[in-house]
Amino acid sequence: MGDEMEFLRTNPYFSGIALPELDSISKLMFKRTAGRGETILLEDEPAEALFFVASGVVKVFKTSADGKEQILYLLRPGESLNDAPAFDGGPNPASAQALGPVVLYGIKRGDLEVILREHPKVALNVTRVLSQRVRHLMSLVEDLSFKHVMGRLAKILLEQSGDKTGNRPWLTQQDMAAMAGTAREMIGRSLKALEDDGAIRLEGRRIVITDKKALEELAR
Amino acid sequence: MVQMPLVWPEKCNGCGLCVGVCPNNALVLKGNIITVVETDTCDWCTVCEAVCPTRAIACPYEIVVEGE
Repeated sequence: MGDEMEFLRTNPYFSGIALPELDSISKLMFKRTAGRGETILLEDEPAEALFFVASGVVKVFKTSADGKEQILYLLRPGESLNDAPAFDGGPNPASAQALGPVVLYGIKRGDLEVILREHPKVALNVTRVLSQRVRHLMSLVEDLSFKHVMGRLAKILLEQSGDKTGNRPWLTQQDMAAMAGTAREMIGRSLKALEDDGAIRLEGRRIVITDKKALEELAR
Repeated sequence: MVQMPLVWPEKCNGCGLCVGVCPNNALVLKGNIITVVETDTCDWCTVCEAVCPTRAIACPYEIVVEGE
């Protein structure tokens, strides 16, 4: 089985689709690679395709007029990006950047319409994926509105430590600030405070969570 | 291999702020572009990343749970 077929077989977008159908879908896919720091999509540019992360981690973010960044998602293998414009025809709602070496599979907008018409089950799967996206964004709004920086940082540390697939993202303090919707300086201070409280230990370029329960308590 | 901050030379404007703040002399300007000098003494203080006005330097962390 080819890489594309294996990818499609395990992707939520194509769950429950028979192998011969997956084979025809795989013929409409194209591969794209990006190096660390490379821009994959630019906010407000015309959207040409729906992308899936095959390997690596992709940062999806909005940028304010004064250059402030708010990270919306960190996408890992199997997850899709640019779903909304791929379906509504609008411009890219956010920018995307590779956090390390990344391999993507893409499906052009026109081809996506063909897939949805020929394989209605995919449309059902898409509604599930988009519903999860809505839930994630509502959770982000809740965090930004109601949680203190320490709580947001605790949640970020817990979420970004959980992936044992080797696709765990490496995050700078700037990245964490953009995810938490705060300034980099606040992240530096909060990391220090968490270390003083014994919840984490800073070991050079590793943040070691030493008291998971304490972080979970803060993240609530 | 010694882990060092990551740099994007194409983003560097040659201001030299990072060179000045690095407590371990791990950064130098070569041809007005930032270059990392491999050293065991880099303690990931991330000050170079903090002062860089063009985000040409990054000090990323791996986040792990103890014992997992």
